[in-house]
Amino acid sequence: MNDQLTLMTIVLGIIHSGIRLATPYLYAAIGETFSQRSGVLNLGVEGVMLMGSFFGFYAVYQTGNPWLGLLAALVVGLLMGLIMGVVSITLKAEQGISGIGMYMFGLGLSSLLFKTMVGSVEGVEGFSELRFCVTDTLCLADVPILGDIFFNHSIVTYGAFALVPLAWWILNKTTWGLKVRAAGQNPEAVDSLGVNVDAVRYVSVMVGSALAGVAGASLSISLLGIFQENMTNGMGFTAVALVYFGSWRPYGVLVGALLFSGVNALQLWVQVLKLNIPSDVAVMLPYLLTIVALALPFRRSMQPAALTKPFERGEN
Amino acid sequence: MTPDAKLLPSGLPRIESMEMRGIVKKFPGVLACDHVNFDVKAGEIHALLGENGAGKSTLMKILYGLYHPEEGEIILNGLPVEINSPTDSLNHGIGMIHQHFMLVDTLTVAENVALGLKSTREPRMDLDVVSARIRELAVKYGLKVDPNALVSKLAVGERQRVEIVKALYRGAALLVLDEPTAVLTPQEVEELFHIFRQMAADGHALIFISHKLDEIFALTDRVTVLRDGKAVGSTLTSQINKAGLAAMMVGREVSLSRERPDVTVGKVRLSLKGINAFNADGQQILKEINLEVRSGEIVGVAGISGNGQRPLAETVAGLQPVASGTVELDGQLVTGLPPARMFKAGLSYIPEERMHDGVVKDFSVAENLILQDHIHAPFSKGIFLDFKFIAKHAQRLIQAFNVKTPSRETLVKNLSGGNIQKLILARELARGPRVLIAAQPTRGVDIGATEYIHAQLLKGRAEGLATLLISEDLDEVKAMSDRIAVLFEGRIMGIVTSDEVSTEQLGLMMAGEAAAV
Ligand SMILES: Nc1ncnc2c1ncn2[C@@H]1O[C@H](COP(=O)(O)OP(=O)(O)OP(=O)(O)O)[C@@H](O)[C@H]1O
Ligand SMILES: [Mg+2]
Repeated sequence: MNDQLTLMTIVLGIIHSGIRLATPYLYAAIGETFSQRSGVLNLGVEGVMLMGSFFGFYAVYQTGNPWLGLLAALVVGLLMGLIMGVVSITLKAEQGISGIGMYMFGLGLSSLLFKTMVGSVEGVEGFSELRFCVTDTLCLADVPILGDIFFNHSIVTYGAFALVPLAWWILNKTTWGLKVRAAGQNPEAVDSLGVNVDAVRYVSVMVGSALAGVAGASLSISLLGIFQENMTNGMGFTAVALVYFGSWRPYGVLVGALLFSGVNALQLWVQVLKLNIPSDVAVMLPYLLTIVALALPFRRSMQPAALTKPFERGEN
Repeated sequence: MTPDAKLLPSGLPRIESMEMRGIVKKFPGVLACDHVNFDVKAGEIHALLGENGAGKSTLMKILYGLYHPEEGEIILNGLPVEINSPTDSLNHGIGMIHQHFMLVDTLTVAENVALGLKSTREPRMDLDVVSARIRELAVKYGLKVDPNALVSKLAVGERQRVEIVKALYRGAALLVLDEPTAVLTPQEVEELFHIFRQMAADGHALIFISHKLDEIFALTDRVTVLRDGKAVGSTLTSQINKAGLAAMMVGREVSLSRERPDVTVGKVRLSLKGINAFNADGQQILKEINLEVRSGEIVGVAGISGNGQRPLAETVAGLQPVASGTVELDGQLVTGLPPARMFKAGLSYIPEERMHDGVVKDFSVAENLILQDHIHAPFSKGIFLDFKFIAKHAQRLIQAFNVKTPSRETLVKNLSGGNIQKLILARELARGPRVLIAAQPTRGVDIGATEYIHAQLLKGRAEGLATLLISEDLDEVKAMSDRIAVLFEGRIMGIVTSDEVSTEQLGLMMAGEAAAV
């Protein structure tokens, strides 16, 4: 009896934290999907996340208002996207390298600002779980099993999941999405129809980067309520990998994000339960999964043909 | 005149006249347009003719706003206009069909048409509305297009129709057609001409570029000839003949007929026996192919495009896996070997898709001339390239084959289409091959260069080269080949002696309706 209960708790725990942990991956990877569909590989997601994470945290730390934190992260993301745009679209720099530059910049600056403006690890009261209470004592979150899985998350997590159908709709059903898809595939054709390729790419990169900022903030002001140096610890790079994993499609990215955060949650429990698996192996698990998934050959054919290629009219 | 006389059937205003005056455009090392004057009127089809690299596409890209001229002005309906980008030209009612397709492969036909247009229900797309309009246009002009088809699944002829629908959809009071027929079959060309004539009758102004003189005479009212960036003459099409036009274009007499001198045929250099091959979808694309080409012989391959020409060429080049059968090059069994081994066995290959398969666009002319042979002497010493020799080699071939390029270091993507073709030919022939596969070697190539390429093929023949010439141009196949193999649905319908077969007979065989006589 007791054994069964524990098993149940563990499985529930894994599902619940799997959904929670998917939050930052979803924001970052859906954002990167826009960027890449328009033809720009933004490898700087990790750096943008760190900046978003810090500024989100700092705004809440100063004002106590989590919404201001979210806004701060969004704006910082937007600005970093603008920089990435100038470097990779206007100046036509090599995208992989400029992305790495953005990462180093974000990592360094967020650490520096944290040390000078905060100093030590402090907690903040960010977004809390919604719990969906009908009365003071009756909450949907308390419904057995389902409650914990579906009704016990913060608004930020729900936002991440709502983003998936929204992104799908924008990409596939709007005139804007059509321009984004075309710009990543054949920018010359787009240009020949009087559409400004650079403008399409700027907006896509900036939206993507703003979402990466939010992804960072989701860690610091929703999931954890703290900021630490380098707290994203590779999540941004994983998000880029998830875009490939999901074949540049929002629902594919969703599957990848859930799979990844699920394995991640499992890995945490493996450590918590002190199972007889070296913890290093457990930590490696999700990354191994990513590498295997990326090696599947059929995904590559879905890659936007003009990804990483700056657009230039033949004239110059 | 009533005011509605000034409108097109689409309700958009006509462009009564368009004039380009004193256009000058320079590229590094080239004066692409040198004070060019050009004009077109509503209801008229005006041909723009000129050798490869004469500046035709450049002039039209200036009109369309893709390039910016150093000097000169554009006058629409009597008023000077600024055209800085395609947005401007589209707003003025100017449309352009480019020399290379401007389609997004991964999108549907309707999506390609809708791209960049305002929808009736922003921000959502209105593909149903777009599709309905496409179908209307399709009926009006007798164009076969399926709005829901994915562009990547379409054949070249269908793609060209999509380009035309794109232009018609936007109104295109003035439509520029930059070599729209280069990749089409004669039947498809006839269909297109029907549309163009109807458009002109409706009051559109059309500018038509082609290297095929027959097409100029069949379609256009007026013709202007460009040479080395200068407009050297302009006349009513009815007042000039082919020879006169050719001479105006090249600046000398051009021989339009081909003489095949007698050559003694030698031993078998290329032999295909019982070849069967399948594509990725499992469809059989080559069926029981048996074919021999001897030293000193040109064997033509005729057929409507898509009937197995490309797989046939690629089988010999080692790019197409075969299910059964054997390929022999110069007596060596080479079935299934990679291209490098084929080249080593004495093969040269001029691929049909020159931009994609024939050159590395971002490499220089000199580098493209040593793509296969850079790894061994005389182009390299040990692990190092011998740049001095490579430069000398490039210089020699540029001169010998008359490739028009500012320098040997120019990137190939900046050459005109016909000069890229000459470059490939130069590379392949200079390798001293024993077997040559030439797929569409004169497609998009001007008449002067065509004459030159044909002369080179005949010279190779005289020197004992075995040539397989794949072409959709029946006149070319008939004039150049000793024997002709006709392909239909991946099968050889028959092999005939070219001097004994009529064009009609060939046509029937190509349609799969008659076997060899
Ligand atoms: N983007 C470019 N950069 C540099 N040089 C160019 C560029 N575009 C064209 N040129 C050069 O300008 C000249 C005119 O080229 P253009 O493409 O207009 O020729 P064309 O008459 O259309 O020839 P074709 O019949 O082969 O298409 C050529 O010498 C070409 O090499
Ligand atoms: Mg041209």
